[in-house]
Amino acid sequence: MTVYAAPGQPGAIAEYRARYDHWIGGEYVPPSSGEYFENPTPVTGQTFTEVARGNAEDIERALDAAHGAAPGWGRTSVTERANVLNKIADRMEANLEKLAVAESWENGKPVRETLAADIPLAIDHFRYFAGAIRAQEGSISELDEDTIAYHFHEPLGVVGQIIPWNFPILMAVWKLAPALAAGNAVVLKPAEQTPASILFLMDLIGDLLPPGVVNVVNGFGVEAGKPLASSPRIRKIAFTGETTTGRLIMQYASQNIIPVTLELGGKSPNIFFSDVASSRDDFYDKALEGFTMFALNQGEVCTCPSRALIQSDIYDQFLGDAIERTRAVTQGNPLDTSTMIGAQASNDQLEKILSYIDIGKAEGAKILTGGHRAELDGDLAGGYYVTPTVFEGKNSMRIFQEEIFGPVVSVTSFDEFDDAMKIANDTLYGLGAGVWTRDGATAYRAGRTIEAGRVWTNCYHQYPAAAAFGGYKGSGVGRENHRMMLDHYQQTKNLLVSYSGQKLGFF
Amino acid sequence: MTTATRVAVTDAAAGLLARLRRRHGELMFHQSGGCCDGSSPMCYPQGEFIVSDADVHLGDLVVDSDDDPSFRVPVWMSRSQFEYWQHTHLTIDVVPGRGAGFSVEAPEGVRFLIRSRLLTDVEWEALRS
Repeated sequence: MTVYAAPGQPGAIAEYRARYDHWIGGEYVPPSSGEYFENPTPVTGQTFTEVARGNAEDIERALDAAHGAAPGWGRTSVTERANVLNKIADRMEANLEKLAVAESWENGKPVRETLAADIPLAIDHFRYFAGAIRAQEGSISELDEDTIAYHFHEPLGVVGQIIPWNFPILMAVWKLAPALAAGNAVVLKPAEQTPASILFLMDLIGDLLPPGVVNVVNGFGVEAGKPLASSPRIRKIAFTGETTTGRLIMQYASQNIIPVTLELGGKSPNIFFSDVASSRDDFYDKALEGFTMFALNQGEVCTCPSRALIQSDIYDQFLGDAIERTRAVTQGNPLDTSTMIGAQASNDQLEKILSYIDIGKAEGAKILTGGHRAELDGDLAGGYYVTPTVFEGKNSMRIFQEEIFGPVVSVTSFDEFDDAMKIANDTLYGLGAGVWTRDGATAYRAGRTIEAGRVWTNCYHQYPAAAAFGGYKGSGVGRENHRMMLDHYQQTKNLLVSYSGQKLGFF
Repeated sequence: MTTATRVAVTDAAAGLLARLRRRHGELMFHQSGGCCDGSSPMCYPQGEFIVSDADVHLGDLVVDSDDDPSFRVPVWMSRSQFEYWQHTHLTIDVVPGRGAGFSVEAPEGVRFLIRSRLLTDVEWEALRS
C-alpha cells in the first residue's frame, strides 16, 4: 500500500503549475480576456490551480496555429508521425506514476485505476495508432487495361475535439492519437471540470510535437466550446458527452457541412444467466467483480453497468453475494493505492447523483446498500463522495433509464433469455452491455441480440486498443479505439488515371 | 379546473434566469440525457438549439423578476426521452458547480439541476386530456 502525497504537499511526485494559460502554437499563451477560472480537486473541494478562461478570440488564435501547422504535419511520412507517437508513449511511460497522481488529483478517481488502467491504456493507444498508420495502405482498382483508380488517405486538416471530464487524459488520447496519426492538426477543448491534467501531459510531451499540431484551449462550453464546434475553420468535430450537446454540435456541423463523431453514453445492462452460479469457483468470483464494476471510476463511465439483470432462479443468492462484494469496496483518499472508489468529479455531479437516489426512493425502488453521501474525515470532508449504491426495482423506473453517472446500480430479475433481451434493449441507448454465462451459445446469441456497440462477454470495463468502441441507437456516431477511427480523421483522394493514348470518341 | 404542469422553477433558478436573460436575451431549456452531464437541463438563448418534431414542449416556466415584467422560458425534451419521462414532473433548480456543455449558466459557477417527482394521478389525467 502506498499513499501518494497530494500535489502541493511535501514529497509530492506530481506538481501542478499555479496557473495554466492556453497551449497554442507550442507555447503557453495568456487568455485574451486576461481571465482565469479556479480548478478545485474533488478530493477535498479545494482549488489547486487556475486555468485560462478561453473565448472565441482564443479559439481563433488556436485555429491560426493549427492551420499554420496542418499542411506540414499532413505531409510528413507515416514513419515520422508513428515515431512521434511512439516517443510520446515512451515519455508517458517514463512518467506514468506522475501522470497517474496528477489525473487522480484533478478528477477524484482512485490512483490504483489511473496507475493500472487510465495511463497505461493511454500509452498503449499512442502505440496502437503508431502501428496502425504505418500498416495502413491505400488501394488500386484496375478498371480496365488502361484505366486505374488510385485511392489515397489524406488528412482532413484541422479538427476540433471536445473532451469529457471522466477520463481527462485517456479520452483526450482516444481522440488525439488517431487524429495525429492521420496527419491532422488539432484544437482541443478539455472539460471545464478537468482542464489541467491534459496540460500536465502537454508539459511532458509538448516538445515532441511540431508547434501548432496540438493546441489546447480551456474555458466554458458556451464561451470556448461553442466557437470551436461552430467554427467554419474545422473540418471535423469530435465530442464525448450528453445528448443535448451532441445534437447541438451536430446542428453546428450541419451548418458547416463537416462530419462529427459523437459518444453520448448509455444505460448499459449487465446480464447474469443462472449457470454463472452453478459453481462457486473463480468464474463466479469474476462475475461478482463484474457486477461490482458499476463502482469503477465512481460510476462515471459512459458504459457504467448501471442495470444488472439477474436470472430469477439465482437472483437471491447472486444478489446477496454481489451486495457483500459491493460493501467490501474501500472508499477513501484517492491517492491511497488501497482505495477502490474515490470522489465524484464535481459538486454538481454529486448533487445530481443524490437527486437520482431520491428519485429512486420516490419511485418505490428499494435501496439494498449505500444510498447516501459518504462523509469522510479530515481534508476529505470537503470532497464529493457517494457510497456504492444498489437499488432493486423495475426497468421502467427512471433510475433504470437515465444515466446517473455515479456508483449506482439498479437491479432487476428476468425469467427467460427473451425477457433478458427485451429488458436489455428497452433503452434509448446502446453503448455497452455485459453478458455472463458459462454457455458459449447463450453468450453468442445474447451478444448478437443486444443492440449495443460493445458487448463484454464474461468480462466488463476492458478498453484495449484494437477493440472498436462506439454506440448503437442514441449513443452516438463512430467507433473509437480501433483503426477504423482513422477513417473518421481522413478523406479519400481518388486519382482516376487513363494510360490510354486514345480519345473516348464523344466529341 | 386543475392547472397541472410538467415543469416548474425554484426561486433561486428563477433569479438566475432573470440575470441570464439580461445578458443573452430570451432563453430556452432542452433537457439532456446520456453521459457525463446527461440529465442536466441545458439553457440556451432562444433558437440556439433547433427543436423539431423530434421534441416535445413540456411547458413554459413563468418567471417573475423584480425589474422585469414576468417572462416565459420554454422547456423541451426529445420525444424519445419523453417516452420514459412522461410521468415525471420537473422542477428546475440551481446548485454550485461546473457543468460541461454549452449551457449559458456555467460561467457563473453554477449549474441548473432537475428536481423531479412523479406526477400525481390527478395531474396525469389533466395533462393527458
